[in-house]
Formats: sequence, structure tokens, C-alpha cells
Amino acid sequence: MAKIIVVTSGKGGVGKTTSSAAIGTGLALKGYKTAIIDFDVGLRNLDLIMGCERRVVYDFVNVINGEASLTQALIKDKRTKDLYILPASQTRDKDALTHEGVEKILTEMSQEFDYIVCDSPAGIERGAQMALYFADVAIVATNPEVSSVRDSDRILGILQSKSRRAERGEAPIEEHLLLTRYNPERVSEGEMLSVADVEEILAIPLLGVIPESEAVLKASNQGTPVILDNDAVAGQAYADAVDRLLGEERPLRFTDIQKKGFFKRLLGG
Amino acid sequence: MSDNDFRLKGSVVTTVLLEVRTPNVDQIELGLKEKIAQVPQFFDQVPLIIDISACVADITLELMQTLFDRCRTLGLAVIGWRCAQDNIPAWRFDCPLPLLPNANSRSISAKAPPAAPNKDPDVVIKTVVEEIEVSQPTKIVTKPVRSGQQIYAPGDLVVMSQVSAGAEVLAEGNIHVYGALRGRALAGVKGNAEARVFCKSLEAELVAIAGNFMLSDALQKIIWKDAAQVLLVDDTLEIAPL
Repeated sequence: MAKIIVVTSGKGGVGKTTSSAAIGTGLALKGYKTAIIDFDVGLRNLDLIMGCERRVVYDFVNVINGEASLTQALIKDKRTKDLYILPASQTRDKDALTHEGVEKILTEMSQEFDYIVCDSPAGIERGAQMALYFADVAIVATNPEVSSVRDSDRILGILQSKSRRAERGEAPIEEHLLLTRYNPERVSEGEMLSVADVEEILAIPLLGVIPESEAVLKASNQGTPVILDNDAVAGQAYADAVDRLLGEERPLRFTDIQKKGFFKRLLGG
Repeated sequence: MSDNDFRLKGSVVTTVLLEVRTPNVDQIELGLKEKIAQVPQFFDQVPLIIDISACVADITLELMQTLFDRCRTLGLAVIGWRCAQDNIPAWRFDCPLPLLPNANSRSISAKAPPAAPNKDPDVVIKTVVEEIEVSQPTKIVTKPVRSGQQIYAPGDLVVMSQVSAGAEVLAEGNIHVYGALRGRALAGVKGNAEARVFCKSLEAELVAIAGNFMLSDALQKIIWKDAAQVLLVDDTLEIAPL
């Protein structure tokens, strides 16, 4: 039985797709057979971040409607073994996702995969609710600013009340906080909320802190999940988060201001 | 017939009083809808008395009928109406619902002939803000109350965790929050002025007791991010340290 992980946030643009791609890839690198599903029907992005946009033939909605089989629609990642992507449909909208259809696909995939990562669309409407409904684990991507934190709080309430686990009265969804686009310098200047501030407001365990990094934008544009960039701090931070997700202890990194070296200061880096 | 078949007793019921100030029924309905939308649980089948003292001259029997119907459609349980004793409209006996005495004078019901044939003269309905002396079970919430969530307790409410900004907790009795109170907390929502709000850290957007409220701006000047209780003293909200 696969573990179903939803990456969600409420607010848009906080890094859900980047995180889904990185964490999905990270799990596959650890040897788990993993699939990442793009739930953002109509605003398909995951294929771009994963660099497989030219290989999309069939999509999620095709499978739901029975126009294609799961094997036809799943795209095997070229770089990472054991990693598959199920792209969203770009020509449809969120109403194309039905409870029965999504359940059927997830049940079928559960037989074959160890982890299924659901990349949620922004918002709290149908698309987002569908992405989180079947989840066992939720990763709540949050930026260190008040509106993102409040939206995450809202989505945590929905996880508690509108998921399948909540409706069936089963053990609640395991909740994790992933703080993305963190900039220690701006925190010290009081322009950004600190890790402690966000933890205090949301009161859920911290999975990781991903520092704001140019490498993320570069990786997105190149279609390579940032976790594959071993030199980038963001990539290393995602690797730590994946380890923690698998139950390992990892000290928090990249949350303090990095001292600039002599040459960096001299060259204005 | 034995003595055990029934018993007649006096009873006190808490009601809501609708003071009508305009004969414009549509406008009243619109306003009511808005109020109800704010706290739907509170208004669901709440006993309602319509007071037309302010504009008796403008209210016809037809208008009164329409008002009854509109209120019922909104889920309010209309139990009767009231007006100033010296200005009772001529259509009073044609009205299907009883004319009720004013809160401070009970003589009217003794003098007046029964408005409806099945009305028992021994049962006098007293009105307005008198508490129901029935204790309701305490509701306990163990998880954080998140933004956008609303929790209503017919008795006391105990939240073992935090109440997030944008969340709302309402209770007919007291509210205890064993965490930070960052959202809105309304205690004594059915008029219990003895109700209080207790919290481990007061950071609320709004606190209210029996309809008397205070916003975060005012709270910050008294107690902020510290353990506190909110109580009503002589119709004034007081914030006291715990």
C-alpha cells in the first residue's frame, strides 16, 4: 500500500510544485517507487519543473474518463529510477476531477507504488480538496509571511475536517510544516517571520526550512528538480526534509545568516 | 381523570425581541437575514416576540401576517407580539398570534380575553432576558481551532489548544482556551452576562460577553500575550490578569 502525501498551502506561489518535484525525486532517490500527480488541472506546471513537458501524451483526466490506461499516462522520469509523473490536463478545469475517478486511480496506483505525491493547486476549492481528500500525510508549504501563514492555517483546518480520514473518523492526517523561501537576513531585519514565529502560529512539527535560493528558479527553468543540484543549499535542505519525512533526525541547516568571506565582501558578492 | 394525567406549571423561556421601527417588511427581512448569517446556530428556531410599539399606526393586520410568515421562513419561532398598552391596534383579536404582556406589566394578560381559544389562562409566558436554568454539557476541543473554523457550544467550551486568527469560538456559557487565543471568542451568546472568557495568552481579534465586545486594539492597551480573563461588570467588559 502506498503512502499518499499531499503538498498543499492554500496560498499560491509559495513553492508547492517545486517542493512536490523535489520531495518526490528525493523519495525515488532513496529507492522508493514514487509517483507525483499534478492536481492542478487547467494550470499544468509539474511537467515543466520535471522537464517532461514534451513527453505528455495522456493525462490525469484522460485516465479518469477511461480514455487512457494508467500505464499509458504515467511518464517515467529519465534521470531518476523509480520515479513517475502523472501530468494534469491543461484543457480542462477542476470539475473534471471526480471523487470516484480520483479514488479509482489512487487505489490502482497504491498497489504498485510506495509513495504517491499529490501536488495540490492553490486555493481551498474543489481542486485543492480533491488533492488532500485521500492523503495520509500532508506537507504544508508556507512562506515566512503573514498571509501565507494564515492560508496554511486555513488549509490545516480543512485537512482536519474534509479529508477521508476525518470523515471516516480514522487517525488524522500526519501534518508537516515546510517553510519555503526562507531568508535569514530578512528575518534578522524583521522583514520576515522567523522559523519560531511560524511554528508558534501553526503549531505543527517542522519538516524543513528551504532557504530562498537562485538555484530554485534556475532549476525550474531548466526542468530539473532542485534536489538534484547538490551544490545548492535549497537542494540540500530538501534532501534533509526527505530524510526527516522518512523518520531520520537531521539538524536544521541554512537558518542562520551566512558570514560573507573576505573575497565575497571585496567582490561585492 | 387522575391527577397524574398532567400538571400545570409556570415556565420561563428566553426569547428574542424584535423591535419593529419601520413598516418596510422587506427591509426588516433583509436585516434579519444578515444577522442570522452571522450566528445561524443561535437563531435556529429561537422563540421570537415582535414588538410594534414604535410604529403601531403603520402596521396593518396584513403587514403583521407577512412579518410572521417571513420570520418563520427564516427559521425563527414567532410566539407572539407586543405593543404599548395605551395604543393597542383594533385588529388585535383577528391576529392569530397572542398579544403578550410587556415585561414589566403582567396585568394585561389577566384583563384581556384569551386571544386564541386554546390559550391556557394559567400559563403566562414571561419574557426577555431571563436565563434558562438548565445546565448544558461542556464541549471539549483538543485540536487547534484553525482559521475559518467556527465552533459553537450550547454550554461551556474548553479548547485544549490554540484558537487561530480568523477562527471563531462561541458558547452560551464560559470559554476556556488553554493556548493562545488569536481569533474571536464570544461567551454568553444567549445573553448570559455571568459568562467569562479565560485564556492562556490573550491575542484575540475580538472578545465578547453577552453582546458586549472589545477589539484587539483596545485589548492591547490592557493585557496582551498574557494569561487573562474577560468578564462583564455592570455592563462593561473588564480584562483581568489570571
